[in-house]
Amino acid sequence: MVNPMMVLDKVELRRGGRVIVGPISLGLRDAGVTMAMGPNGAGKTTLLRALHGLERVSSGQIRWAESAEALRARQAFVFQTPILMRRSVLDSIAYPLRLKGVSRGEARERAAACAETVGLRVRLKKDASTLSGGEKQKMALARALITEPALLFLDEPSANLDGRSTREIEEILTHIRAGGTRIVMSTHDIGQARRLADEVVFLHDGRLVEQASSAAFFDAPQSNQAYAYLQGDIVI
Amino acid sequence: MTFKTLLAAALSAVFAVAAQAQDMKMSVTTSFANSGLADVLLPEIKKDTGINVQLLIVGTGQALKLGAQGDVDAVLVHAKAAELAWLAEGNGTHRREIMYNDFIFVGPSDDPAGVAKADRATDALSAIAEAKAPFVSRGDNSGTHKMELRLWDAAGIAPQGDWYRAVGQGMGAALNTASGMNAYLMSDRASWLKFANKGDLKLVYEGDPILFNQYAYMPVNPTKHPHAKNDLANTLEAWLVSDRAKELIDGYTLNGEKLFTFNATVD
Amino acid sequence: MNDILQGLARAAKLVVTLNADLVEITLLSLQVSLGAAVIGSAIGLPLGAWLAINRFPARRMVIALLNALMGLPPVVVGLFVYVLFSRSGPLGVLGLLFTPTAMVIAQVIIITPIIASVAHQAIRELWADYHDLLISLETTHSQRIATLLWDGRRALMTASLAGFGRGIGEVGAIMIVGGNIDHATRVLTTAIALETGKGEFDMALALGFVLIGLAIAVNLTLHMLSRTERGSRW
Repeated sequence: MVNPMMVLDKVELRRGGRVIVGPISLGLRDAGVTMAMGPNGAGKTTLLRALHGLERVSSGQIRWAESAEALRARQAFVFQTPILMRRSVLDSIAYPLRLKGVSRGEARERAAACAETVGLRVRLKKDASTLSGGEKQKMALARALITEPALLFLDEPSANLDGRSTREIEEILTHIRAGGTRIVMSTHDIGQARRLADEVVFLHDGRLVEQASSAAFFDAPQSNQAYAYLQGDIVI
Repeated sequence: MTFKTLLAAALSAVFAVAAQAQDMKMSVTTSFANSGLADVLLPEIKKDTGINVQLLIVGTGQALKLGAQGDVDAVLVHAKAAELAWLAEGNGTHRREIMYNDFIFVGPSDDPAGVAKADRATDALSAIAEAKAPFVSRGDNSGTHKMELRLWDAAGIAPQGDWYRAVGQGMGAALNTASGMNAYLMSDRASWLKFANKGDLKLVYEGDPILFNQYAYMPVNPTKHPHAKNDLANTLEAWLVSDRAKELIDGYTLNGEKLFTFNATVD
Repeated sequence: MNDILQGLARAAKLVVTLNADLVEITLLSLQVSLGAAVIGSAIGLPLGAWLAINRFPARRMVIALLNALMGLPPVVVGLFVYVLFSRSGPLGVLGLLFTPTAMVIAQVIIITPIIASVAHQAIRELWADYHDLLISLETTHSQRIATLLWDGRRALMTASLAGFGRGIGEVGAIMIVGGNIDHATRVLTTAIALETGKGEFDMALALGFVLIGLAIAVNLTLHMLSRTERGSRW
């Protein structure tokens, strides 16, 4: 059963008089994995941040469907560069629970379990800053997942990661998608998009070029830019 | 009022510094405190009267100001004109002379201005001005400073020029400055005797009766400041003019020299 | 040079024999300046954090004011507090003049701008790091301030110590509002001023050395405490 989640109506984001993204109009449904794709500077990150409510929309509207209230209320965001808190790994993961008033003991217990789920096998008492790149990203993922979000945004979660860490993260994402979590993410890894996406939103130069189901997009891209991008050409 | 009381209680609870009923505050001049006489008198006062006298050691001007504001219960200073003006403004109940000490002139040991040969204090100042020898003045409107200005006036000299240095500070700082510059200055005898950083300075002139320095005790007016501890101030006054006080004041010596002469009259 | 050596020797003697007067004025110095540092931190740290994360029209003005207040001469603060708490002043009825409490109040006024300013710098950097995360997690204002204060606690301890350092070495304000009363409001700095006035340089230096030693001891103690709490870099 798939229902609408949100609609973007001529959404535009300007910073310092320059248009960064938009105008974009598109609709997103309330299930599956939506993958924002496009070359660097296409506006993927800004779009994700705007959807999550981190960026001020200059004009146009983002409207949430009434039936999607549950998703709207329970979102989480994993940033491309993990934000490290000056805390231990365990307390970093437990932090969102502490904000919700969960006791320190219980929050730590659940954080440890969550670290286990994402395959973060390090000494949890050590400082978050001492983790490796892949471990940091897993910690950020655990911190996002600990509140069991219904809608999860991920901005290039496996950029700068080695193959093994990338595969582990993809496995986690596949697992939580199967558990019913709505995922909206970006990537410039075409293989990753093929493996994970149900739907692709292809952006170029701040505009929506193509929105299609994953199968349709990879089989027969409708736009020249998407075609060229999938061919590995430089898209201008 | 309730709020203020609560605030006061809260604030003093932070640092349990409960004021005892028998504490009283008296502002005194630096010269009195520097003499060391206070260290002898205060324990005896406590023993005889039970009063713990807390001294605020400041210049004469500030000592009188503290009394006028009601921040102390009595003052002990030495500047008669200022004292009388202070009383005329209704700040105190009365003025009681207790004792006197004297001022001296201090200067370089070779005495370049020849001050030691002077007959009178005013001659000594004339000699310094004539020689344009460096002279350090308190310049802080204190009792000592006022006395110095009266002497210049009496000598018919308006001191100015490079050689006249007003430091605008207490006796100790002025002495330190004079010691550093090897300059002349007028000091109370006690501060000089107690002063440890004499350098090349020595006592060059003393003895003119005009240099006598009368100390007077004045309780703060309880009509103006109802919280002022007038009963304690009166008890202290009675002690200060007693035979016991006379004995201690007259008997006090520093480096073998007598500093103060008790001259309170008992009615 | 001779004065300094004599001062050192006298300082050593005073400390070794636990001179009763020295112990008394040292404890009062600690009490006043630590008290002021605690109260100043309770005001200055949240204020610094609040200024770092909020944007409001007068923000720049407030920060400029804070920086200006940092340079406020203690003697001016002392005079201000004196006029306030004098028997003839608006708060004279409290009878706080010439008490350690008045000295703490004066020092709080002197050191709070320093603590707030240093805290503001530190929290501003941390806020830049945490901004997206804390917005994403829909933190409330007070949660943000609490998180930033807690995670920035090492830098904030430096802010508090800077305040304490300024307080413990300050003489202008506490001389006026405390009155340097023997056995009541005499602290290390006012005692040093007194001894200097008497030309007793070696005694003044001795007290100065004790003051320096005290400041170092407090700093080291706090650093060690924060280290044992967690063997971390923060």
